[in-house]
Amino acid sequence: MQASRLWMDRTARRAMLALAVVPSALVVAMVLGLWLRSRPILDATSLGDVLLSSSWRPLSGEFGFYPFIMGTLWVTCIAVALAVPPCILAAIYLSEYAGRALREWAKPLIDLLAGIPSVVFGMCGVLVVVPLIKNRVAPLFGTFSTGYTALAAGIVLAAMIAPVIVHVCLEVFRTVPREARDGALAVGATKWQTVKHVVMRKAMPGVIAASVLGLSRAFGETMAVLMVAGNVARAPSSLLDPAYPLPALIANNYGEMMSIPLYDSALLLAALVLLVVVLVFNVASRAVLVRIERGIAR
Amino acid sequence: MKFARIEEAFFKALMAVATMVILATLVLILGAVLVKGLPAMNLAMVTQTPKGGFYLGKEGGILNAIVGSLYVTGGATLIAFVVALPIVLFLNAYARKGSRFVELTRFSFDVLWGVPSIVYGAFGFAVMLFLGLRASLLGGIIAVAFLMLPIMARAMDEVVRMVPKELLDASYSVGATRLETARKVLARQALPGILTAVLIAFGRGIGDAASVMFTAGFTDSLPHSLFGPAATLPLAIFFQLGTPVPEVQERAYASALVLTVIILITSVVARLIGRRVARHTVG
Repeated sequence: MQASRLWMDRTARRAMLALAVVPSALVVAMVLGLWLRSRPILDATSLGDVLLSSSWRPLSGEFGFYPFIMGTLWVTCIAVALAVPPCILAAIYLSEYAGRALREWAKPLIDLLAGIPSVVFGMCGVLVVVPLIKNRVAPLFGTFSTGYTALAAGIVLAAMIAPVIVHVCLEVFRTVPREARDGALAVGATKWQTVKHVVMRKAMPGVIAASVLGLSRAFGETMAVLMVAGNVARAPSSLLDPAYPLPALIANNYGEMMSIPLYDSALLLAALVLLVVVLVFNVASRAVLVRIERGIAR
Repeated sequence: MKFARIEEAFFKALMAVATMVILATLVLILGAVLVKGLPAMNLAMVTQTPKGGFYLGKEGGILNAIVGSLYVTGGATLIAFVVALPIVLFLNAYARKGSRFVELTRFSFDVLWGVPSIVYGAFGFAVMLFLGLRASLLGGIIAVAFLMLPIMARAMDEVVRMVPKELLDASYSVGATRLETARKVLARQALPGILTAVLIAFGRGIGDAASVMFTAGFTDSLPHSLFGPAATLPLAIFFQLGTPVPEVQERAYASALVLTVIILITSVVARLIGRRVARHTVG
């Protein structure tokens, strides 16, 4: 009896240990798997050529990612520029100024926003943002636009990443010790001065990490962008140009990719590029956030 | 001094506006889904599969996508749970606290959490090619399980970590093994929180389109085999919205309403269960 209980315990330990390797192994497997599948295209052309060439003619075997990379960068930058400042302000407001009641309502509401699927965001983009740009914004600049633009994608993405940024910022502000605030208030600083000089200074690394997390979200987001960005394989040169980000490229061409040589390899290389960029962003910001979190545990 | 006060008032107003804008966005999105979706909603949408010419505006519904989504996400939830729960129990009952291995595992989950779903789709597709699978229910389950695993594991870890250490010590001191403690103390104490984690991950999984795009395929009939294609709700919305026929676009709005309602219910239930946990551990 006793022996079998110990045996069970030891077996379970081994099985669980084996399973616990899964997450780390999965990260490695994804990089490796995508790399293996994208080898053929890298054998045919160099990585530099694929990333910097702007000719995209899958039928004649020319796969240049430049327009898509630029599309991704435009859309991501617009989204971050639109989302980060209001999110930081809102997070400060909710953590420092807002009353208990508002805070308790606002937090779950914002988390709810985080759970809305990206297709629904995309649909709302098609319904609201695209017509707005076509009918109001474009005439303002005296140009014609279908509304399916880098700007539209940026706006939709900004709405999508906002809950993530607010959520993480709130966590970060929570780690700023109360004593730091009380100290500043005690020497006669106003609330805003305390926030500006004490809270923000302490929370800065975390706020930057939160923004980078939002950025990497925007970078890899697919459906919402696919639905409103316009998807023209040319690098955008203004806010009102269509854009064709990498994730949309992958999603849009999965149907035909098996019938053209090297096409699947090129698309999986695109996925690998996305994965690697997002991994770098994520590892960096998580490392900062983990350190901050450990700070309060102490 | 006066300047300081003006500055404060200015920024306070700015912050209040920012908060309102963000909250208004949520209301606007839910409002748009309701206003557009409700008029297009009817019983046929949720009780029938697409009839011939459905995508040209003829009769039918999206039962295929509703059932397909539940199958794909249900299967993925099961797999993710079977993998995630032992890992989380291991991290909290067996592994030495704060060891390299524990940190690395948590960190890996965090990193996986940030991987874009299109990459899970592409990777899932690469795995399917390797296994010789076609776009199928099973393929979708695999890809969505990858996507849900980190979400579920991180959420579970949060609650299991909350179980007071004294309880574990008490269990060990009466001679229970770590396995018995993990099963009968950790898992039982954290049960509502574990359920919450499962529901949160389910909500994420069912709403995701990019991961099932390559992997689950799409079909007008109900899924009947693990190796046949399965329709999913997010893709149904996407395809219907992409047609030029207004009646079909209306159906996309109704489908979006169905999906949003499923996700909102899941999320609210998860939160209610979660609140109950908090009350128990604090009180």
